[in-house]
Order: sequence, then C-alpha cells, then structure tokens
Amino acid sequence: MSGFPILTVMLAVPAFAAVACLFVNAQSARWLALAATFVDLALGILLWANFQTGDGAAQWQFVEHVRLFGIGGAEFAWALGIDGFALLLIVLSVFLMPICIGASWRSIEKRVPEYMAAFLATEVLMIGTFAAQDLMLFYVFFEGGLIPMFLIIGIWGGANRIYASYKFFLYTLLGSLLMLIAILYMILTTGTTSIPALMAHDFPPHVQTWLWLAFFASFAVKMPMWPVHTWLPDAHVQAPTAGSVILAGVLLKLGGYGFLRFSLPMFPEASAQFIWLVFALSAVAVIYTSLVALVQSDMKKLIAYSSVAHMAIVTFGLFAFNAQGVEGAMMVMLGHGVVSGALFLCVGVIYDRLHTREIDRYGGLAINMPRYAVLFLLFTMASVGLPGTSNFIGEFLSLAGLYQVSTLYALLGTTGIILGAAYMLYLYRRVAFGDLTKDDVKAMPDLDLREFVMLGALAAVTLWMGVYPESFMKPMRGDVQKLVARLERAAPAGDSAPTVGKPAPAAAEHGEHAAAPAAHAPKGAPAEASAHGEAH
Amino acid sequence: MNYSLQLMMALPELVLAIGAVLLLLVAAWGGAQSTKLVSWTAIAVLVGAGIALAGPASAGGEAFGGLYRPDMFAAFAKALIFLAAGVSILIAPRFFQQTSGDDLRPEYPVLILLSAVGMGMMVSAGDLMSLYVGLELQSLSAYILASFMRRDTRSAEAGLKYFVLGALASGILLYGISLVYGFSGTTLFSGIADAYASGDQKIGLLFGLVFVFSGLAFKMSAVPFHMWTPDVYEGAPTPVTAFFASAPKVAAIALATRVAIDAMGPAIADWRQIVIFASLASILFGSVAAIRQENIKRLLAYSSIANVGFALVGLAAGGEAGVSSVLYYVAIYVVMTLGSFLVVLQMRDHEGRPVETISSLAGMSRTRPGLAVALAIFMFSLAGIPPLLGFFSKLQVFLAAVHAGLYVFAAVAAAASTIGAYYYLRIVKVMYFDEPAPAFGGRTDPVEGALLAVAAVVISPLGWPLLGYLEVWTGAAAKALF
Repeated sequence: MSGFPILTVMLAVPAFAAVACLFVNAQSARWLALAATFVDLALGILLWANFQTGDGAAQWQFVEHVRLFGIGGAEFAWALGIDGFALLLIVLSVFLMPICIGASWRSIEKRVPEYMAAFLATEVLMIGTFAAQDLMLFYVFFEGGLIPMFLIIGIWGGANRIYASYKFFLYTLLGSLLMLIAILYMILTTGTTSIPALMAHDFPPHVQTWLWLAFFASFAVKMPMWPVHTWLPDAHVQAPTAGSVILAGVLLKLGGYGFLRFSLPMFPEASAQFIWLVFALSAVAVIYTSLVALVQSDMKKLIAYSSVAHMAIVTFGLFAFNAQGVEGAMMVMLGHGVVSGALFLCVGVIYDRLHTREIDRYGGLAINMPRYAVLFLLFTMASVGLPGTSNFIGEFLSLAGLYQVSTLYALLGTTGIILGAAYMLYLYRRVAFGDLTKDDVKAMPDLDLREFVMLGALAAVTLWMGVYPESFMKPMRGDVQKLVARLERAAPAGDSAPTVGKPAPAAAEHGEHAAAPAAHAPKGAPAEASAHGEAH
Repeated sequence: MNYSLQLMMALPELVLAIGAVLLLLVAAWGGAQSTKLVSWTAIAVLVGAGIALAGPASAGGEAFGGLYRPDMFAAFAKALIFLAAGVSILIAPRFFQQTSGDDLRPEYPVLILLSAVGMGMMVSAGDLMSLYVGLELQSLSAYILASFMRRDTRSAEAGLKYFVLGALASGILLYGISLVYGFSGTTLFSGIADAYASGDQKIGLLFGLVFVFSGLAFKMSAVPFHMWTPDVYEGAPTPVTAFFASAPKVAAIALATRVAIDAMGPAIADWRQIVIFASLASILFGSVAAIRQENIKRLLAYSSIANVGFALVGLAAGGEAGVSSVLYYVAIYVVMTLGSFLVVLQMRDHEGRPVETISSLAGMSRTRPGLAVALAIFMFSLAGIPPLLGFFSKLQVFLAAVHAGLYVFAAVAAAASTIGAYYYLRIVKVMYFDEPAPAFGGRTDPVEGALLAVAAVVISPLGWPLLGYLEVWTGAAAKALF
C-alpha cells in the first residue's frame, strides 16, 4: 500500500461527488451519493485490512505530509495519518454513511442534490478530523463540519429547525474558539503543528491547566457533557433521520476523540487534576439525563438524552487513566455509534409511516410489524447493554476501569445503566407491545427490503462487536498501551485497591501472606513492617 | 539624493495624479458620452500604477526628505487599494444606469483615481504633513462620491453627514498632530519616535497620541468613532459603499499601523490600551448592533466596524507578527467585502430598482442558487468558519495577539466573534431556510458575474494556494516597518 495516498483519496471521493451532486437531478444525486459512500466504505475496509497491529507496527500509519503554507512561523501542512483509534472511528464513519444515504432515499423529497452534497461534505470533514495529523488541519476539519450540519438541520429539519440549527452552531462554535486560542499558544510555544510531536511534548503543569480548560470547553460541548448538552436534544429532534444518525453516530465521537487525542496525552497532569470535575459532571449526566429520558414523550428526544448518558460512560472510562477504561470508552463510542444510529433509524422507519414521534401514538407494533419489532428489540437490548451486544463490552470495561479509581463513581455510573434499562424497556413496551388499537397504526406495513438491509447490517455489526470484540480491540491495543504509559506518571491512586488494615479477602484468609497487599498499597502507605503487624 | 529617483519612488501616485487630471479634461470636454472611455482608461491607469509598484516604489528608503516612504508595506497596501478602486469603477455603470435613470457621469472614475492618489500618500506617509494631505485628498473625493446620486435625498444626506463628521475627525486629528509637533518639535515620524523614546514632555506627547488615534479611529470607523458608518454606507450608492468598505479602510488601517509603529513605536504601552479598547468595543458593538438590522447595507456597515476591530487585534499585538497579521487580515477582508457588495448589487426587483432589505433575500437558494452559494461563502467566511479564508485571517491576528502575550484579549475577542457569527448565519438562514420571496429581476452583468465568481473561488478552500504567497508578502511588508 506504500505510496498510495489512501486517506487523501477517501477525502477526495466524497468531496468531488459532493460538488457533482449539485449539478445533477434528484435521482442521479441519490445514486451518485450512494456510490461515493460505498467507494469510501470499500476504501475503509481496505484501510482496516492493511492496518498493521502487534509488535513492531508503527503507531502512525498511512502517513502523508505535504506542506501547504506557513502560519506565523509554524507550518500548515496537509498531514494525514491514523493510529488505531482513528482507524476505528473512520471505519465507523464510512460504515454509517451509506446507511444515512439509504435512510434519506425516500424521506427527503425537496432539494435532494443539495442534501446529498451536504452529507458528502460532512463525510469529508469527519474523516478529515480523524485523520488529521496537523493541529491546524484538525481544527479546520473539526470546525468546518459545522457548516453542512447547520444546513442539514436548518433546511431539512422539523418544525423548530431554525432554533435548533442556531443553537447547535453557536454552542459548538463558542467552545471551539476558546480551544483555538489554546491551539495558537501551543503552536507558538512549541513551533510545531504536528500532533504526534505535540503528544510527546511536556507542557509545564500550570500551563497545562489553562490549555486543558480551553480544550475542555470545546470537547465538553461536542461530547456533550452536562450541563452544556442542551443543544443535543434540540438538534436531534429537529434533524432529519439521517442527520440524527450521523450526529449520534459520528459527530458525538469528536468530543471523545478529542479527549483521547489531545487532553489526555498532551496534558496528563492537568487531566489528573481535573478528574474530579469530569467525574462529577459525568455522574450528574448519567443519572440526571437518564431520569429526563424516562419522562420523554418524544422518541427522538428520549434517545438523544440516552446518548448524553452513554457519553458520560465514555468520559468516565477515559479519565480512569487505565487500559480497561480507555478501551471501554472506545468500545462504548463504537457501540453507541452503531446502536444509537440504529435506534434513530428505527424511529425514522415508523416516523416515515405515521409522521409523528409521539410515543403514545404508537402501540402494538409487534403484532403488525414483527420484523421491525425483532430488530428494534435487539437494538433496545444493545442500548441497555445486554451481554452479547456491543454496548455490554464497552460499558463493562469502562466501569471496570472506573472502579479501580473510584468505587463511588463506579456505583453512580452503574446506576445509569439500571436507569437505562428502565427507560429503554419502557419505550419498547409502549411502542411495540400492548394491543393494536389505533387504526392508522394497524395500517402500517412491515419493513421493506431497503429498511431491512440497513437495519440488518447494523444488527450484524452490533452482534459482531458483542460476540467477538477482539476484531475491534486489536487495532487499538498498542495505542491504548502507549497512552496508558504516557498517563502513568499522573495516574490517580484509586480507592479500590486493597489498603492497609483492609486486606483483600483472599489475603485475609491466608494471614501469612498479609504482606502481599501492602506491596500494592498506594504511595505513602506505612512501612511494610507495621502493615504486617496490623494485618494480624 | 537625485531628484528623478525620488520621483520614480512616487511613480504610482504620479501615474494616478497625471491620469486623473488628463481624464478630468476628457470628461470636461467629452461630457457624459465619454464615461465608458474614461472608466476603462481609469482602470488602465490603476493597472499602470500597480505595475509601477514593482520598481523603486517598493524598494525601501525615503523620498523628499523623509516625507514619503516607498517601502514594501506601502506597496502591499497600495496594491490592495488599487484593486479595490478598480473593482469599484467596474461595478458602477450598470448600477447608476438602472437606479438614477441617467448614465454614470465620467467624474466618478476620476474621483476614484484622485481618492486613490490620496490613499497612496496616506500609506506612504513618513511625515505628519504628508499624512494629513493624503488623508484630506482621499476624504474630499469620498464626500463627493457619497453624494454622487444628486437626485437621491439619501445619497445627499450621506454625503453631508460624511462631510460634517469627517471634518470633525480631521479637526481632532489636526489637533493631535499640532500637539505632537508642539511637544516633539518635528513632524517627521523618525523624529517623533525619538521624542517618544526620550521620555521628555511625556504628558503633552501622550495627549497628542490620544488625539491622533481618535482621529484615525474616525477614519477607520472604529468604536467609539463609528457613528457615521451605517448612515453613510446605507445612503451612498452601492458601488461607492463597496469602495468605502474596502479601499479607504485599508488605507486608514495601514496608516494607523504606520503611525503606531513608525512614529509612536516607543510608546506602545500607551497606545496599546487605546487600540485594545477600540478593538474590543468595535467587535462587540459591531456584532451586537448588526443583529437587529433589516437593511443589508447597514448590516455590512456594522460588519465592517467589527472587522476593523479584528484588524486592530493584530495592531494591538504590535511587532512584526502583528503588522503582518493586520495586512493579512485586511487583504482577505477586502475580497470578502467586495464580494458581499457585488451580491448586494444583484439585488433588484423586476423593474430594476435596487432592493436592500434582508427579507428580500428569502429563499434565494432556490431562485438564484449560484448567487446564494456565493453570499453564503462570504458570510461563513466573515464569521471566520474554516475552511474558508476568513478563518485564516482571523487566525493570523489571534496568533499575533497570543504571540504578544495578550491571552485574555485574544480569548475575549475570539469569544465575541460568536456574536458576529449569529448575524452572518441569519443571512444564510434567510437564503436557505426561509420560503422564497419574489425572485430578483434582471440578469447578472458578465463583468460583475466574473468578479463575483473570482471572489467566491478565492475565499473558498480553492484559494488556499494563495495563502502561501500572502504569508510571504505580508511578512516582507511588515519587515519594512522595522
């Protein structure tokens, strides 16, 4: 593969298709967009197949570097390259895109060429964000994504679309501008825009604090974390189905990716310093938004709030500073991308038939739409985190990682999962079960082939991730190790390790080994001799 | 120094001045029929003046005993000024023909040329006297241009307002100049810089500095001396407004930069406070006041106030990085603003009358998709959203501010640009989200269409290759001041 600029090609294909879409009629635009996204999917699979893993594999692969122009002494370069994290998120993006185009096939009737062009532009910007190795290039892609998403929500959205599109745009813009100032500071002090170089650079701790806060302002909004999550329910509810899929599936991952790529490796000390903040906000999010989701009468809003709760599990995992936590966070991001995308599609399927998202207007769909009900059930269970589905792996690992740092927050985080089961099952019960009483609901036909293929593909991946997660863990394992090694010097002590006077159960049974737990005690523990004495 | 070399250094202004006088004679005897000839000759004169920049006019040094500075800094600003002046001449004929009923009079291009001479003197000034003479030549031409549609009361009102307030500004500036001269004993920038560096007569010089900057703020339309801008921009004929928003802005900002660095460089701690205040006030006021505007020209006037604020972010930073960022910013701003006004020129109803309300843009993405895409590009770019060039220009000024250690200032200015984004988005919203209003009548003139397309392409990511050159040029221009 050496020499073939596969990442640039992945960006160029949808970019050219987007421009071409503007000059053709509606039906051609649909086919053109579908073809372009399938080409990108094929390239994404090729990328995955050729990605080297294991010992000796380079951290950054498929690297491209072309200098574009100077920016205040530093260089602005077309620098692309991916590691395991970026690879998986790019694969997720290119996998969801054809499904988005498919979901819009019939439901979008007005201004189809522009719609397809906006979607393809979004794809370009998302792939670019994950693949960029130049800090400025990253910011360009990261912020540029606002424009097509603004248009998608504003033109093709629901009744209150204009408010939602403004809120989405201005919220995220404000956060990102503070990050921009921090980026400028980093470029000026280090003289480089290369992300790999900056990931190895050690900023002084007091500078890290400010830089971390500026990045946090941006990523917390994108994530979104409580209390800056309020743009998300509005944007989701008003966006067209495919817009919601791509918003939940990929755009929400930008925040997590930002923490993973920037906040943690570049500012390890500051990240450790602000663990309390991240954990507190995540704990509020996981419980509060779950409770809010429980009382929603609008299906899309319910799933949007559940996204906020799931993203809180991601931040919990990331800031656990250990391998399980980070791997779990990535798996939640991937799993949530597939499952919440699928759930929005499920809502879209019945919305296309009845044109309402009110939960009360449905009921008894299991009777007249059995295929739909089965797939919807699968995704509901995946969202709850049932073993065997994608989200179980991620949530379990995240919380296992979190438990090593804080038992209290692990407890609170797990509460969110219980509440998640409550609101998802309650939703499913109201939509699919019960008697089929309403005439218009009775008349709804089951899934057609197009819908079945889209949901079937998502279902297959959901089960694949749940049953054999190794396919997804393997590309990122090396990167997780490197990240954890980088974070080690700042890692928090954790309160769940066996401590003096509270020996681990196994050790307590065998008193003669009481010295063993003391060796694992956190820093500053009394000398081994006294521990020995107390243990007896 | 040999006199002919000194004249060669001022060749661009000479070409313009002689050209303007000759064309004035042609206009006097040729009458209204000669407009086309005079316009195209004026364009040729501007091109000739632009070519003359390549010679001794940009080689550095000084002419006429320090009164005139033919350096790269001046040359860069002049190139922008000539470009904007040329565009203003090109876009005028159709507007006047369709709006005031009679054809454009040949004095219009002549006045633009004279104004360009004044602006050339301003950016090349090495002395307070050449500064003032250049400024007045530019301003007097501008007052007449603002009231060029004689039968239109709004245009006459704009001209009068501009004149009265401009005269006030000149008075303030002159007062400052006299104070500076009185306390430093010289009008040469280099001598003034020595006086500031020596630290004698501190209070008097400080007062002079405050008044000089107030006068310059007036010409740049920076808050709190901005109040003439919306009225003049709204009332003046649209091609003239496009001219006001581009060329004199560049000249005033470049002049302020030169005065700040060349003449008052040692007093940076004093003027930095003024510039930071004017910058933040312009960004905030320009953005907030634009939100409720219903007239697109007024909106662009407030937008130009906010943009001056961003350019001043670079000036506040000072130093070579700061100066080059100011030039970088105004270069991209000129293209964006000319592009926006080119779109405004296309807004006319079926009888050819110009329409200026923002609501008339409703649904333009369906009635005139090409025009809507172009305006959307300009608006997103003015809002500073990547990957458009407006983002890179904002980036440069923020970079300079961060480089100078003004972190809080940069962060506040960046956050305030979110407010600006709100009203730029509103234009996009009206064009793309709202139901269509009656379509605009008339077809786009080929010349205007071509200019619009060029501006849109330059601002889009296709313009990235140009940024490399811009970086080099602005860097070289900034070096000339240090």
